Amino acid sequence: MDKIIIKMKKEVSDKIIEICDRFNNAPGELINVLHQTQDFLGYLPAEAQELIAERLHIPTAKVYGVVSFYSFFTMVPKGKYPVSVCMGTACYVRGAEKILDAFEKELGIMPGETDKDGLFSLTSLRCVGACGLAPVALVNGKVYGRLAPANVKNIVQEYRDMEK
Amino acid sequence: MDTIKLTIDNREIEVPKGTTILNAAKKLGISIPTLCHFEFKGMDVHNKPGGCRICVVEVAGRRNLAPACVTECMPDMVVRTNSMRVINARRTVLELMLSDHPNDCLQCAKSGKCELQALAIRFGIRTNPFVGPDHVQSSYQIEVSPSIIRDMNKCVMCRRCEMMCNEMQTVGALSAIERGFPAVVSTAFNQHLDHSPCTFCGQCVAVCPVGALTEVDNTAKVIRAIVDPTKKTVVQVAPAVRVALGEEFGMKPGSIVTGKLTAALKALGFDYVFDTDWSADLTIMEEGTELLGRLGKFLKGEPVKLPILTSCCPAWVNFFEHQFPELKDLPSTAKSPQQMFGAIAKSYFADKINCKREDMISVSVMPCLAKKYECGRDEFKVNGNPDVDFSITTRELAALIKQANIDFTQLPDEEFDSPLGESTGAAVIFGTTGGVIEAAVRTAYEVHTGKPLPKIDFEELRGLEGIRSATIDFDGLPINIGIAHGLKNARKLLEDIKAGKCNFHAIEIMACPGGCIDGGGQPLHHGNGDIIKARWEAIYQADKNMPIRKSHENPSIQAIYKEFLGEPCGHKSHELLHTHYFDKQTTVEVDLNK
Repeated sequence: MDKIIIKMKKEVSDKIIEICDRFNNAPGELINVLHQTQDFLGYLPAEAQELIAERLHIPTAKVYGVVSFYSFFTMVPKGKYPVSVCMGTACYVRGAEKILDAFEKELGIMPGETDKDGLFSLTSLRCVGACGLAPVALVNGKVYGRLAPANVKNIVQEYRDMEK
Repeated sequence: MDTIKLTIDNREIEVPKGTTILNAAKKLGISIPTLCHFEFKGMDVHNKPGGCRICVVEVAGRRNLAPACVTECMPDMVVRTNSMRVINARRTVLELMLSDHPNDCLQCAKSGKCELQALAIRFGIRTNPFVGPDHVQSSYQIEVSPSIIRDMNKCVMCRRCEMMCNEMQTVGALSAIERGFPAVVSTAFNQHLDHSPCTFCGQCVAVCPVGALTEVDNTAKVIRAIVDPTKKTVVQVAPAVRVALGEEFGMKPGSIVTGKLTAALKALGFDYVFDTDWSADLTIMEEGTELLGRLGKFLKGEPVKLPILTSCCPAWVNFFEHQFPELKDLPSTAKSPQQMFGAIAKSYFADKINCKREDMISVSVMPCLAKKYECGRDEFKVNGNPDVDFSITTRELAALIKQANIDFTQLPDEEFDSPLGESTGAAVIFGTTGGVIEAAVRTAYEVHTGKPLPKIDFEELRGLEGIRSATIDFDGLPINIGIAHGLKNARKLLEDIKAGKCNFHAIEIMACPGGCIDGGGQPLHHGNGDIIKARWEAIYQADKNMPIRKSHENPSIQAIYKEFLGEPCGHKSHELLHTHYFDKQTTVEVDLNK
């Protein structure tokens, strides 16, 4: 193998270094560091994982092992309007699967993916604590409750219109 | 020491506190099946994730079955290792494991040596009620690197390789990735091994219980070269092969089979059967001269890089190129014996027999997987033609011998060919930790002092402890020597060098625990440390058996300097026998253009 040099924007590397420093570059804080880095970037690209590995003095393979293990972490950039469908017990029994199906169809993507315009990304999550409103979905942080598959088209259109 | 009394299968036993049920049962002659568990006694290697659950036992008063490999014995414990409940649970565990494991055993490289296959035989598995999701499994491609083949469809997640790579070697190329069915051990971002810090030491292959990690098999290429009438084939055999090959033919560990090995290579049809020990002697001349050169400058107070580090081990070379590139001026520039041999075979010897470089196929038999990678390095090629064309392991040679109907144990002893076959006892000890530096000391002492050694055996440099040190008196000049084997121990010494806490003049480093005797290409030891000990003793016995035991006294080596090379570290030597190192560390830099 030849030497690999990974280039990174200064604002990104500065921020990741600051996050690592905040946790004293302790290897045991890997998950916290990954959380905050994903909060900042929206996802965990390979370059970010390389830098975190370097700062925390752990192998990149270990960092990737953790990122690929937990479904919360993603290496795919999130869309401008992230869509999360709750699949917690209450939502599930009230038809969350059908809501997720409707979003898949409307957006043309599967959970874990981002559409090609970078506008929407789709994930499922477990319980947002709004079981009384089941089934629930979050779009760009806003909660939509008592959903029926028929509502999905209008919700998506709401955000598409904002882009016009 | 505190002891504990317990009952296993209605038999009482007393064991030291902290003993696992697995080891307590072993003392009673009860062998509980294991798969993920791996303990390499004497080498400080222990894999105990308690993950595979094949070793479960019934403990009275405990609701669930307990994994014997990680459950410690408690006072008055009552354990059943063979109740129907236990046997059924083990069968189910095994069936579930087999449900997503390819059943192409007939064609698998590990067939016959596979621990999962052995369990399936032991439990008499004939059908399987469970069917795993094939599509998930087949999503992993078989990956071929210069040394190692990774077929992650066969990974059983025992994580032994991950333990070797991270704890024993501190290389960090491998980690468990993903979860559920897709979970395997792989590299960062599931990239090719070539793009990882892998050193190709092959210790992962040495411990893999199944066919997930195997060596690149070059036997077919070697057979083709042998039968090609337009090619002259030259073979070299590394020191550690001769104390291990016999095991593949049922001989006792530690059998020295040099004569039979030579006879087998001749019977296979190689045109010239030579010895890497010859070039090990050559390495000592070059490396020893380099050591004395650096020491001389040091004594005169001139600026010089010390300590000098050995450079025979290609996995170790990879390790510092990836992890300590800032120290790449420290190792000796001498090529490894394999590469020195190749360079001489395809220059000096090819001329001697009037053979064009392109018409010579140079093969090496090595205890090592990194040697396969090493011979492919660009700096060891002339116009694209490698000095060593193919490197095969001890295991591959055994396979070749078996294919060729050669009854190895009945072979009469034969001698290596001349001139690249004569060697000394100093060369054979290259095969174990401490051997290279002892060989170098034997020569450097006599060259430096001009006096004969008072004693040839440097017991203070021998042993199997991970890090050792000794001070050798060079007739009034104390020389501090360090030795490390296993890359985690090498790392400790390198960290000390970086911190300026090191007063060694010379350090020998071998990547594999025990040195080449436990290389990734040796017969599988399945964690039996006694096998390594036997090979280790055999290496020193082979040294004792040699009439000449100092490299500079090898008449064939003296002749090549006179006839061809001139002097050690001279112009011709530099051209043929020395190399340089590269910075291969992955680094993250700020992109100033964005």
